[in-house]
Amino acid sequence: MARTAPVPAATDPAIIRNFCIIAHIDHGKSTLADRMLQLTGVVEQRDMKAQYLDRMDIERERGITIKSQAVRLPWELDGVSYALNMIDTPGHVDFTYEVSRSLAACEGAILLVDAAQGIEAQTLANLYLAMENDLTIIPVLNKIDLPAAQPEKYAAELANLIGGDPEDVLLVSGKTGVGVEALLDKIVRDLPSPVGDASAPARAMIFDSVYDTYRGVVTYVRVVDGQLSPRERIQMMSTRATHELLEIGVSSPEPTPSKGLGVGEVGYLITGVKDVRQSKVGDTVTNFAKPATESLAGYADAKPMVFSGLYPLEGADYPVLRDALEKLMLNDAALVYEPETSAALGFGFRVGFLGLLHLEITRERLEREYNLSLISTAPNVEYEVTLEDKNVVHVTNPSEYPVGKIAEVREPMVSATILAPNEFVGTIMELCQSRRGVMGGMDYLSEDRVEIRYRLPLAEIVFDFFDMLKSRTRGYASLDWKADGDQVADLVKVDIMLQGEQVDAFSAITHRDKAYAYGVMMTGKLRELIPRQQFEVPIQAAIGARIIARENIRAIRKDVLAKCYGGDITRKRKLLEKQKEGKKRMKMVGRVEVPQEAFIAALSSDESKDKAKK
Amino acid sequence: MPSALPLGDPAPSDGALPPTAAAGSAERDFGLYVHIPFCAVRCGYCDFNTYTAAELGGGASQANYAFTVQQELQFAAGALAASGVADRPLSTVFFGGGTPTLLPSADLARVLRTAVDIWGLAPGAEVTIEANPDSVTPESLEELARAGFTRVSFGMQSAVPHVLAVLDRTHSPARVPLAVEWARAAGLKVSLDLIYGTPGEDLQDWRTSLEAALALEPDHLSAYALIIEDGTALARRIRRSQVPMVDDDDHADKYELADTLLKSAGMAWYEVSNWARSGEDQCRHNIAYWKGHDWWGAGPGAHSHIGGTRWWNVKHPAAYAQRLAAGESPAAGREVLDKDARYVEDVLLRIRLADGYPTENLQSPGRRAVAGLIADGLIDPVAAFKGAVILSDRGRLLADGVVRRLLPD
Repeated sequence: MARTAPVPAATDPAIIRNFCIIAHIDHGKSTLADRMLQLTGVVEQRDMKAQYLDRMDIERERGITIKSQAVRLPWELDGVSYALNMIDTPGHVDFTYEVSRSLAACEGAILLVDAAQGIEAQTLANLYLAMENDLTIIPVLNKIDLPAAQPEKYAAELANLIGGDPEDVLLVSGKTGVGVEALLDKIVRDLPSPVGDASAPARAMIFDSVYDTYRGVVTYVRVVDGQLSPRERIQMMSTRATHELLEIGVSSPEPTPSKGLGVGEVGYLITGVKDVRQSKVGDTVTNFAKPATESLAGYADAKPMVFSGLYPLEGADYPVLRDALEKLMLNDAALVYEPETSAALGFGFRVGFLGLLHLEITRERLEREYNLSLISTAPNVEYEVTLEDKNVVHVTNPSEYPVGKIAEVREPMVSATILAPNEFVGTIMELCQSRRGVMGGMDYLSEDRVEIRYRLPLAEIVFDFFDMLKSRTRGYASLDWKADGDQVADLVKVDIMLQGEQVDAFSAITHRDKAYAYGVMMTGKLRELIPRQQFEVPIQAAIGARIIARENIRAIRKDVLAKCYGGDITRKRKLLEKQKEGKKRMKMVGRVEVPQEAFIAALSSDESKDKAKK
Repeated sequence: MPSALPLGDPAPSDGALPPTAAAGSAERDFGLYVHIPFCAVRCGYCDFNTYTAAELGGGASQANYAFTVQQELQFAAGALAASGVADRPLSTVFFGGGTPTLLPSADLARVLRTAVDIWGLAPGAEVTIEANPDSVTPESLEELARAGFTRVSFGMQSAVPHVLAVLDRTHSPARVPLAVEWARAAGLKVSLDLIYGTPGEDLQDWRTSLEAALALEPDHLSAYALIIEDGTALARRIRRSQVPMVDDDDHADKYELADTLLKSAGMAWYEVSNWARSGEDQCRHNIAYWKGHDWWGAGPGAHSHIGGTRWWNVKHPAAYAQRLAAGESPAAGREVLDKDARYVEDVLLRIRLADGYPTENLQSPGRRAVAGLIADGLIDPVAAFKGAVILSDRGRLLADGVVRRLLPD
């Protein structure tokens, strides 16, 4: 613990160390961060709660970090007081861009790997990003207290990956605290201090932006050049928008106002804006009075990759959903949405997400924080459809798929990296092949672990790919992917019809080779899910006018209570009232009563239970 | 565990009825139901309010039961008169159970005599008693006939031993023809109850039962699909997969077979589950339920209905006896039906009858539904043109759905 902590705004860059922790989910990053907060004395023992930095309930429950945080930690070594800025990064592939900005705010990274599991694909991907950003890497094996820990094996793996000696890999336990002091010392010794021009116009990079109900948007920045001071006017270099700096400070870990932030420092800004879109991750903040001429590199707009329709179960909740999305959007620059109407599901929104986890988290937050019950339609990617008249249509919803003559359809592609024990190579290849993947290569990370690279259509991995991968590899495989252009593909739209009535919510755009399988699967599923009606209900799958699959729901034959005497009448009337209530929860497709549960079940994948953690 | 009573409002201890109950009562028939809550054994499928001697324990003996019911009848007379309900002779009386014939015939006769003393019997009144073929003798049936009973309804259920075994019925099929013969000899009209859809019963078993019943030339026949009620022993055995579940399609096949065989034997349906040899042989007591007439239900757990007020007695015979001994109403709860609820009941009950429901009584959502019901083959088109919604053969099996379509959302 440091006796005197360096004061923000007056800290020599030479005593600043900015670092982040790169780790896979449940490799113990949050626990290690907790231990660092305690050792450096910024959080008292009595205030400590597990995963202190994960502020959202969902983050704590799922054990993942969605939004990054930054904490200033004082640490003393050899009689000198240092200021350590720990920048917590999101751990999921959906938030790769946010990760890259967090990394850009640091000089070093702790590569944290579970000593019982070894490195995972996501971590590897983030490690590459860190190395691309020229960060100094401190390899650390965590959970060495576990009986299953194999520190020698995985130290060798890490040394092999980043170069260096297995001896240099630090062994820690976030749980018991073993090795954490040594790690803090090593951060001071090994990581370079930040370098910048203190007299130049300010340039600070935004690496996170969070909406707070009471304070408006809180923007986290890393100052590269110059100085930011309270009350001054600042400018966002991408939008040229200017704001007054109402408050500036550091987190330690509660927000503490300061006299400003200088070169190399990490802290927060409050300008009173209400929407994170006015303070975008990756943007450069400068002084309005003395603006910089060149912004920092690396800014990009978040691009939604996966689209899904969100509909309230109760039609009356539509305004609630609209307001909830508006509020979520304040805190999530990546979220895009527009109103959408479905004949089957009523009024809702088509929402764009960074990935499936982003979708799930958003949906879960809407349901939990706004008390909504939602139906989400099967996730879609964005297709580029060129018609024969050369018009180009972008389709994120099967119901928008053009009916005219189509010249070409392009679909987004990803390059995926899968890490797994080598015994699973065969089954992984089989899975990727069945998802129209093209193999890019394969490398051995260690004797028994391989890295497999595939180029796959994004559409093939958004639904249940990860679940399938996990179940085929008994949970051992890990996956990372990034966008990788697009390709022309032979795609068709499969429509599902109930009694001849098209149900837009069940339509899908699939590869022609898979259309039949989809049609059989969906018609079969619906036959199980839709209760028998007083008339026969054919369920058909069709490509255009061509029927490719058909199931029949036979008409119900008996629906009458056999006995109805004096003592049965009240019960019978109450049963009828209950049935009428039940009918209100039915969606009518033509004359067919479809329970909402059927929509939910038909639209969710069979293995959806297990996809919470990635 | 007998079935649960409905939730309702508290019932006044003096049995007073609201003014709406008395309104128009002179125009309605008045019937009496007497519940006899005793059985020699409890059948595995039964959820009625009935008790074996072992279940009852002390405090409510079968020996005192007739006296307790007589107390309720006296109480009823006072409460109805005090509420301004018209004093009418009984059009119908029905002793049900349980197994009414477990009580000595003398007790049953005594209860009936008390009712007749209080209200009198309308000319040609129908007086029915349910009986287990095991618990009657030529003498007991004669005694009942002398006491004024006109009709006996035997719980035959099935003619197939393995089906009877699943139902826990103890009588032997051979006993039924004897009981019918003795009833006839005593001058009683005979009705038979059959149950179809028992786990393990196939279509041929059912045909056997129907043919056996028809061979006895009953005046009236009821055929009920077995309902697996929660809390019954049979429900538990199905849950444990000891006996198979029966699906609705099997019920439908068996219903259709019953209707075909009964029709060709000259018996016409007049309610979804009831067939009679002639109009005279229809069970008027039950028709009164379906047409919303008045009746007093005496006995533990019995339901009553007077002019839109419905109530039900406490279930346990001991609690029931205590109430009456204290001079209080045995009602556990009641409901006063509003206009909407009365309409709902009117539609859902009368649609079950072969007379159907008059289209002129339908509210507009119901009238709008008629064309669709014709299109789906659920009601008779010609009858509809003439002003009555009458279920088609297919519609009888789907009556509950028809009711949902006729009633407003």
